[in-house]
Amino acid sequence: MKLTVNGIEQEIFSPPLTPLLHVLRDELDVTSPKAGCQQGGCGTCTVLIDGEPRRSCLTAVAAVDGSEITTLEGLGEPEQLSPVQAAFHERYAAQCGFCTPGMVVAATALIERKGGPVERDEVLEALGGHYCRCTGYVKIVDAVMAASRGQTGAREDEPETGEEAPVMIPGSPA
Amino acid sequence: MPAEALVPTSAEEAARLYGDGEGVVVFAGGTILLPEISAGRLKPERALMLHKSGLDGISTDGGTIRIGAMTPVSALVGGPCELISRFAENVGDGEVRRSATVGGNLCATAGVGAQRGDLGAPLIALGARVRSTGKGGERTEPVEDFLAGDRSGRLVLEVELDAPSGKWGAETLRRRHAHSYAIANVAVASNGGGLRIGVSGVGPTAVRARAAEQSRNPDDVLRDVEPVDDAVASAEYRRKMLPVLLRRALDQLETA
Repeated sequence: MKLTVNGIEQEIFSPPLTPLLHVLRDELDVTSPKAGCQQGGCGTCTVLIDGEPRRSCLTAVAAVDGSEITTLEGLGEPEQLSPVQAAFHERYAAQCGFCTPGMVVAATALIERKGGPVERDEVLEALGGHYCRCTGYVKIVDAVMAASRGQTGAREDEPETGEEAPVMIPGSPA
Repeated sequence: MPAEALVPTSAEEAARLYGDGEGVVVFAGGTILLPEISAGRLKPERALMLHKSGLDGISTDGGTIRIGAMTPVSALVGGPCELISRFAENVGDGEVRRSATVGGNLCATAGVGAQRGDLGAPLIALGARVRSTGKGGERTEPVEDFLAGDRSGRLVLEVELDAPSGKWGAETLRRRHAHSYAIANVAVASNGGGLRIGVSGVGPTAVRARAAEQSRNPDDVLRDVEPVDDAVASAEYRRKMLPVLLRRALDQLETA
């Protein structure tokens, strides 16, 4: 079997019914798709299969033999984030970060499909199967809408840092 | 021992490899089976993987709509039949629907604490037929008969239905969530004066509510349907709600 993962063709040796999720993580060391619920309910394992977002935990590797797979790693570089990645970073849309890979991949597909600004209800529909147990949904939805409008980069309402005195709370260990 | 994967490249080869189904696990979209296999609850020796079998696709020829067993549920959303679309859009979420198949939905058994197979209701209401093969060869039968029979030795090839020309009504009771299976689905359709009622999500398989079709009394839905208790809803709640849903669906039909 063969897969093209983030632009690199890979020979696959896992058994045919291995979930794509475990092929990516365990055979190829592509670890952004997370093994969350592993029954299709949480969305953190979502990857693009030939451009369409699907759950990698529900996908047998043999069923996508020859496909192109894009994961979070294939969307941007640490020094050059994709618009959705940049918006998530700038707008505090990641808390613990476990759901973020699936959210970013699904949001990227939504914006590409729409080809322009996406509205709140469209984001809710596209991310409806993605769980954030930190419950940071408001900032996630805001980030996706901002990314679809090209609103990334430095923001005016960003708090100033560096000059303020540290806040000391009496009695706190810090 | 990993499963041996059989990957047929035509419908004929799929039917031949399936044979009478003995010792073969049919692997369609995998949305139900793969978690079972990953968790070790299901250990197939031979898996018949249908992704290259050509059994997917929707075609309309004359007045007949044919839906291949491997057609993803996502293709039914906004597809040629609005009543089916209304129920297809409730299956999982968009990402699950791209993998889940029509054949899988028809063959799904009850899950842990939930009923599956939402599409049975609209397919029964529209008088759809299932073409399947297996022991004793190929046959075509109404969806309700296929669901009521022993599906274990059958390989679904396609679903066919006459292009809907009459009015319809649809009611679903559910919570919105990728894994929230329906509490109850009711689909009604009229065609040439006849009324057909399909109910799904309340028991292991979808059922045709013949008594209510005759009497047009919503309470009679319980003469054909035996709701079950599960983690999604109690049987009692389903018994209370089914006549309500049917009444609403029939109202839609009247005012359509």
